[in-house]
Amino acid sequence: MKSLEELRELRAELEKEISARKSDGKPTIIIGMGTCGIAAGARDILQAVTKEVRKRNLDLNITQTGCIGMCEKEPLLDVQLPGQDRITYGKITVQDVERIIVEHVINGNVVAELAIARLEEGGCKL
Amino acid sequence: MRELSLHILDIVQNSIAAGASLVELHVVEDLAGDWLVIEIADDGKGIPQQQLGQVTDPFFTSRTTRPVGLGLALFSKAAEQAEGELLIDSQVGIGTKVRAVFRYSHIDRVPLGDIAGTVLAIISLNPQVDVVYRHSFCESAFSIDTRRIKHELDAVEISHPAVASWLESFLRQGIDDLYRGD
Repeated sequence: MKSLEELRELRAELEKEISARKSDGKPTIIIGMGTCGIAAGARDILQAVTKEVRKRNLDLNITQTGCIGMCEKEPLLDVQLPGQDRITYGKITVQDVERIIVEHVINGNVVAELAIARLEEGGCKL
Repeated sequence: MRELSLHILDIVQNSIAAGASLVELHVVEDLAGDWLVIEIADDGKGIPQQQLGQVTDPFFTSRTTRPVGLGLALFSKAAEQAEGELLIDSQVGIGTKVRAVFRYSHIDRVPLGDIAGTVLAIISLNPQVDVVYRHSFCESAFSIDTRRIKHELDAVEISHPAVASWLESFLRQGIDDLYRGD
Protein backbone atom coordinates (compact mmCIF):
# COMPACT_ATOMS: atom_id res chain seq x y z
CA MET A 1 0.00 0.00 0.00
CA LYS A 2 1.24 3.45 -0.88
CA SER A 3 1.69 5.15 2.45
CA LEU A 4 2.02 8.64 3.82
CA GLU A 5 5.48 7.59 4.99
CA GLU A 6 6.44 7.23 1.34
CA LEU A 7 4.99 10.67 0.64
CA ARG A 8 7.15 12.17 3.41
CA GLU A 9 10.28 10.62 1.90
CA LEU A 10 9.29 11.97 -1.48
CA ARG A 11 8.80 15.45 -0.01
CA ALA A 12 12.30 15.42 1.51
CA GLU A 13 13.73 14.51 -1.90
CA LEU A 14 11.71 17.12 -3.76
CA GLU A 15 12.51 19.92 -1.33
CA LYS A 16 16.17 19.70 -2.35
CA GLU A 17 15.35 19.85 -6.02
CA ILE A 18 12.67 22.54 -5.84
CA SER A 19 14.95 25.49 -5.26
CA ALA A 20 16.64 24.61 -8.55
CA ARG A 21 13.37 24.80 -10.48
CA LYS A 22 12.41 28.17 -11.85
CA SER A 23 9.03 29.50 -10.84
CA ASP A 24 8.11 31.46 -13.97
CA GLY A 25 9.03 31.49 -17.62
CA LYS A 26 7.93 27.88 -17.94
CA PRO A 27 6.08 26.46 -20.94
CA THR A 28 2.35 26.02 -20.31
CA ILE A 29 0.06 23.33 -21.68
CA ILE A 30 -3.64 24.13 -21.56
CA ILE A 31 -6.29 21.44 -21.98
CA GLY A 32 -9.92 22.14 -22.91
CA MET A 33 -12.02 20.77 -20.05
CA GLY A 34 -15.50 21.93 -21.01
CA THR A 35 -18.31 19.37 -21.37
CA CYS A 36 -17.38 19.05 -25.05
CA GLY A 37 -13.68 18.52 -24.31
CA ILE A 38 -14.36 15.92 -21.63
CA ALA A 39 -16.82 14.05 -23.86
CA ALA A 40 -14.23 14.03 -26.68
CA GLY A 41 -11.46 12.54 -24.52
CA ALA A 42 -9.73 15.42 -22.69
CA ARG A 43 -9.07 13.29 -19.60
CA ASP A 44 -7.07 10.77 -21.68
CA ILE A 45 -5.14 13.66 -23.26
CA LEU A 46 -4.30 14.99 -19.79
CA GLN A 47 -3.09 11.53 -18.74
CA ALA A 48 -0.91 11.30 -21.85
CA VAL A 49 0.57 14.75 -21.14
CA THR A 50 1.29 13.84 -17.51
CA LYS A 51 2.97 10.63 -18.65
CA GLU A 52 5.26 12.49 -21.08
CA VAL A 53 6.11 15.13 -18.47
CA ARG A 54 7.15 12.41 -16.02
CA LYS A 55 9.01 10.37 -18.61
CA ARG A 56 11.06 13.34 -19.78
CA ASN A 57 11.23 15.09 -16.40
CA LEU A 58 9.92 18.35 -17.86
CA ASP A 59 9.33 21.47 -15.81
CA LEU A 60 6.12 23.01 -17.12
CA ASN A 61 2.65 24.14 -16.07
CA ILE A 62 -0.42 22.10 -17.00
CA THR A 63 -3.67 24.02 -16.73
CA GLN A 64 -7.21 23.87 -18.08
CA THR A 65 -9.71 26.04 -19.84
CA GLY A 66 -13.46 25.68 -20.32
CA CYS A 67 -15.39 25.48 -23.58
CA ILE A 68 -14.00 28.08 -25.99
CA GLY A 69 -16.60 27.50 -28.71
CA MET A 70 -14.63 25.15 -30.94
CA CYS A 71 -16.49 22.10 -29.64
CA GLU A 72 -16.24 20.25 -32.95
CA LYS A 73 -12.43 20.46 -32.79
CA GLU A 74 -12.14 18.95 -29.30
CA PRO A 75 -10.02 17.59 -27.74
CA LEU A 76 -8.05 20.84 -27.80
CA LEU A 77 -4.58 21.34 -26.40
CA ASP A 78 -2.76 24.67 -26.38
CA VAL A 79 0.96 25.19 -26.04
CA GLN A 80 2.26 28.50 -24.81
CA LEU A 81 6.03 28.88 -24.77
CA PRO A 82 7.33 31.91 -22.87
CA GLY A 83 7.31 35.00 -25.08
CA GLN A 84 5.74 33.21 -28.05
CA ASP A 85 2.28 32.97 -29.62
CA ARG A 86 -0.16 30.53 -28.07
CA ILE A 87 -0.82 27.66 -30.47
CA THR A 88 -4.04 25.65 -30.37
CA TYR A 89 -4.00 22.03 -31.52
CA GLY A 90 -7.33 20.42 -32.37
CA LYS A 91 -8.82 16.94 -32.71
CA ILE A 92 -5.73 15.53 -31.13
CA THR A 93 -5.27 11.93 -30.10
CA VAL A 94 -3.25 10.38 -27.29
CA GLN A 95 -0.66 9.46 -29.95
CA ASP A 96 -0.29 13.12 -31.01
CA VAL A 97 0.65 14.21 -27.49
CA GLU A 98 4.20 12.85 -27.55
CA ARG A 99 4.86 14.50 -30.90
CA ILE A 100 3.56 17.90 -29.76
CA ILE A 101 5.66 17.71 -26.61
CA VAL A 102 8.86 16.67 -28.37
CA GLU A 103 8.57 18.91 -31.44
CA HIS A 104 6.93 21.98 -29.97
CA VAL A 105 7.46 22.09 -26.21
CA ILE A 106 11.03 20.75 -26.23
CA ASN A 107 12.33 21.79 -29.66
CA GLY A 108 10.22 24.90 -30.24
CA ASN A 109 8.78 23.93 -33.63
CA VAL A 110 5.02 24.22 -34.12
CA VAL A 111 3.47 20.96 -35.40
CA ALA A 112 1.78 22.66 -38.35
CA GLU A 113 -0.55 19.89 -39.52
CA LEU A 114 -2.19 19.56 -36.09
CA ALA A 115 -2.34 23.28 -35.28
CA ILE A 116 -5.70 25.00 -35.86
CA ALA A 117 -5.19 28.46 -34.39
CA ARG A 118 -2.53 30.90 -33.32
CA LEU A 119 -3.41 33.38 -30.61
CA GLU A 120 -1.40 36.54 -30.99
CA GLU A 121 -1.63 39.65 -28.94
CA GLY A 122 -4.93 41.28 -29.80
CA GLY A 123 -6.71 38.41 -31.49
CA CYS A 124 -7.10 34.94 -32.85
CA LYS A 125 -5.83 34.07 -36.32
CA LEU A 126 -7.22 30.89 -37.81
CA MET B 1 -20.60 10.49 -21.83
CA ARG B 2 -19.23 6.97 -21.74
CA GLU B 3 -18.47 6.96 -18.02
CA LEU B 4 -20.09 8.45 -14.93
CA SER B 5 -16.54 9.48 -13.97
CA LEU B 6 -16.50 11.80 -16.98
CA HIS B 7 -19.78 13.36 -15.84
CA ILE B 8 -18.19 13.86 -12.41
CA LEU B 9 -15.16 15.58 -13.96
CA ASP B 10 -17.56 17.81 -15.90
CA ILE B 11 -19.80 18.70 -12.93
CA VAL B 12 -16.76 19.55 -10.80
CA GLN B 13 -15.83 22.15 -13.46
CA ASN B 14 -19.00 23.98 -12.38
CA SER B 15 -17.71 24.01 -8.79
CA ILE B 16 -14.36 25.37 -9.95
CA ALA B 17 -16.08 28.04 -12.07
CA ALA B 18 -18.16 28.95 -9.00
CA GLY B 19 -14.93 29.74 -7.15
CA ALA B 20 -15.03 26.76 -4.78
CA SER B 21 -12.09 26.24 -2.45
CA LEU B 22 -13.33 22.84 -1.30
CA VAL B 23 -14.94 20.11 -3.41
CA GLU B 24 -16.26 16.98 -1.73
CA LEU B 25 -16.98 13.97 -3.90
CA HIS B 26 -18.79 11.02 -2.41
CA VAL B 27 -19.43 7.81 -4.34
CA VAL B 28 -21.57 5.11 -2.74
CA GLU B 29 -21.94 1.72 -4.39
CA ASP B 30 -24.70 0.04 -2.43
CA LEU B 31 -25.16 -3.35 -4.07
CA ALA B 32 -27.50 -4.64 -1.36
CA GLY B 33 -29.90 -1.74 -1.88
CA ASP B 34 -29.13 -1.71 -5.63
CA TRP B 35 -28.23 2.00 -5.68
CA LEU B 36 -25.30 3.99 -6.92
CA VAL B 37 -25.12 7.46 -5.42
CA ILE B 38 -22.78 10.24 -6.53
CA GLU B 39 -22.65 13.42 -4.51
CA ILE B 40 -20.61 16.50 -5.39
CA ALA B 41 -20.65 19.30 -2.83
CA ASP B 42 -18.77 22.57 -3.06
CA ASP B 43 -18.41 25.85 -1.18
CA GLY B 44 -18.68 27.94 -4.33
CA LYS B 45 -20.88 30.98 -4.85
CA GLY B 46 -24.11 28.96 -5.16
CA ILE B 47 -27.04 29.12 -7.58
CA PRO B 48 -29.80 31.72 -7.07
CA GLN B 49 -33.13 30.13 -6.07
CA GLN B 50 -34.93 31.28 -9.22
CA GLN B 51 -32.33 29.56 -11.45
CA LEU B 52 -32.31 26.21 -9.60
CA GLY B 53 -35.22 24.79 -11.61
CA GLN B 54 -33.54 25.68 -14.90
CA VAL B 55 -30.03 24.30 -14.52
CA THR B 56 -30.83 20.90 -16.05
CA ASP B 57 -32.35 22.62 -19.09
CA PRO B 58 -29.74 22.37 -21.87
CA PHE B 59 -30.74 25.81 -23.12
CA PHE B 60 -30.04 27.45 -19.82
CA THR B 61 -26.55 28.59 -18.85
CA SER B 62 -25.13 31.30 -16.63
CA ARG B 63 -22.28 31.99 -19.00
CA THR B 64 -22.56 34.71 -21.58
CA THR B 65 -20.46 33.28 -24.44
CA ARG B 66 -23.24 31.07 -25.85
CA PRO B 67 -26.73 30.01 -24.82
CA VAL B 68 -26.27 26.30 -24.11
CA GLY B 69 -25.03 24.39 -21.08
CA LEU B 70 -25.05 20.63 -21.25
CA GLY B 71 -23.22 19.42 -18.15
CA LEU B 72 -26.05 19.08 -15.64
CA ALA B 73 -28.57 18.30 -18.39
CA LEU B 74 -26.58 15.25 -19.50
CA PHE B 75 -25.89 14.09 -15.93
CA SER B 76 -29.57 14.38 -15.09
CA LYS B 77 -30.56 12.32 -18.15
CA ALA B 78 -27.98 9.65 -17.25
CA ALA B 79 -29.63 9.32 -13.81
CA GLU B 80 -33.18 9.30 -15.16
CA GLN B 81 -32.45 6.62 -17.75
CA ALA B 82 -31.28 4.36 -14.89
CA GLU B 83 -34.44 4.79 -12.82
CA GLY B 84 -32.78 7.44 -10.71
CA GLU B 85 -32.80 11.19 -10.36
CA LEU B 86 -30.65 14.25 -9.96
CA LEU B 87 -31.18 16.62 -7.05
CA ILE B 88 -29.56 20.00 -6.66
CA ASP B 89 -29.45 21.87 -3.43
CA SER B 90 -27.82 25.26 -3.44
CA GLN B 91 -27.56 28.37 -1.34
CA VAL B 92 -26.04 31.60 -2.58
CA GLY B 93 -22.87 32.34 -0.67
CA ILE B 94 -22.75 28.86 0.91
CA GLY B 95 -22.34 26.35 -1.90
CA THR B 96 -23.99 23.73 -4.05
CA LYS B 97 -24.66 20.04 -3.62
CA VAL B 98 -25.46 17.85 -6.61
CA ARG B 99 -26.75 14.38 -5.79
CA ALA B 100 -27.31 11.80 -8.52
CA VAL B 101 -28.93 8.46 -7.77
CA PHE B 102 -28.90 5.50 -10.15
CA ARG B 103 -30.42 2.02 -10.01
CA TYR B 104 -27.16 0.07 -9.75
CA SER B 105 -28.17 -2.93 -11.84
CA HIS B 106 -30.19 -1.01 -14.45
CA ILE B 107 -29.22 -2.01 -17.96
CA ASP B 108 -28.93 1.65 -18.99
CA ARG B 109 -26.86 2.67 -15.98
CA VAL B 110 -23.62 4.11 -17.38
CA PRO B 111 -20.52 2.45 -15.86
CA LEU B 112 -18.56 4.41 -13.27
CA GLY B 113 -15.37 4.09 -15.33
CA ASP B 114 -11.97 5.50 -14.40
CA ILE B 115 -12.78 7.31 -11.19
CA ALA B 116 -9.09 7.43 -10.17
CA GLY B 117 -8.28 9.24 -13.43
CA THR B 118 -11.05 11.75 -12.76
CA VAL B 119 -9.98 12.47 -9.17
CA LEU B 120 -6.37 12.86 -10.33
CA ALA B 121 -7.39 15.26 -13.10
CA ILE B 122 -9.37 17.37 -10.63
CA ILE B 123 -6.51 17.51 -8.13
CA SER B 124 -3.66 18.12 -10.57
CA LEU B 125 -5.44 20.76 -12.67
CA ASN B 126 -6.73 22.64 -9.63
CA PRO B 127 -3.94 22.57 -7.05
CA GLN B 128 -5.47 25.56 -5.26
CA VAL B 129 -8.71 23.68 -4.57
CA ASP B 130 -9.00 21.19 -1.71
CA VAL B 131 -10.57 17.89 -2.66
CA VAL B 132 -12.15 15.28 -0.44
CA TYR B 133 -13.02 12.00 -2.11
CA ARG B 134 -14.84 9.24 -0.29
CA HIS B 135 -15.84 6.04 -2.02
CA SER B 136 -17.63 3.12 -0.48
CA PHE B 137 -18.34 -0.25 -2.02
CA CYS B 138 -20.57 -2.53 0.05
CA GLU B 139 -18.84 -2.67 3.44
CA SER B 140 -15.44 -1.22 2.45
CA ALA B 141 -14.46 2.39 2.05
CA PHE B 142 -11.62 4.47 0.68
CA SER B 143 -11.00 8.15 1.19
CA ILE B 144 -8.47 10.86 0.47
CA ASP B 145 -8.34 14.47 1.63
CA THR B 146 -5.89 16.74 -0.19
CA ARG B 147 -5.70 19.03 2.88
CA ARG B 148 -3.95 16.18 4.68
CA ILE B 149 -1.68 15.54 1.68
CA LYS B 150 -0.80 19.24 1.37
CA HIS B 151 -0.02 19.36 5.08
CA GLU B 152 2.45 16.49 4.61
CA LEU B 153 3.94 18.12 1.51
CA ASP B 154 4.55 21.46 3.20
CA ALA B 155 6.22 23.68 0.56
CA VAL B 156 6.19 21.04 -2.19
CA GLU B 157 3.32 21.54 -4.62
CA ILE B 158 0.64 18.90 -5.02
CA SER B 159 0.80 19.38 -8.80
CA HIS B 160 4.50 18.40 -8.92
CA PRO B 161 4.83 15.46 -11.37
CA ALA B 162 6.47 13.23 -8.75
CA VAL B 163 3.66 13.91 -6.29
CA ALA B 164 1.07 13.31 -9.02
CA SER B 165 2.73 9.99 -9.65
CA TRP B 166 2.49 9.04 -5.96
CA LEU B 167 -1.14 10.20 -5.90
CA GLU B 168 -1.96 8.08 -8.91
CA SER B 169 -0.55 4.92 -7.33
CA PHE B 170 -2.24 5.75 -4.02
CA LEU B 171 -5.63 6.23 -5.69
CA ARG B 172 -5.43 3.27 -8.04
CA GLN B 173 -4.29 0.93 -5.28
CA GLY B 174 -6.91 2.26 -2.86
CA ILE B 175 -9.71 1.73 -5.37
CA ASP B 176 -8.45 -1.75 -6.35
CA ASP B 177 -8.40 -2.72 -2.66
CA LEU B 178 -11.88 -1.29 -2.25
CA TYR B 179 -13.30 -3.60 -4.91
CA ARG B 180 -11.42 -6.57 -3.47
CA GLY B 181 -12.95 -5.80 -0.08
CA ASP B 182 -9.60 -5.27 1.71
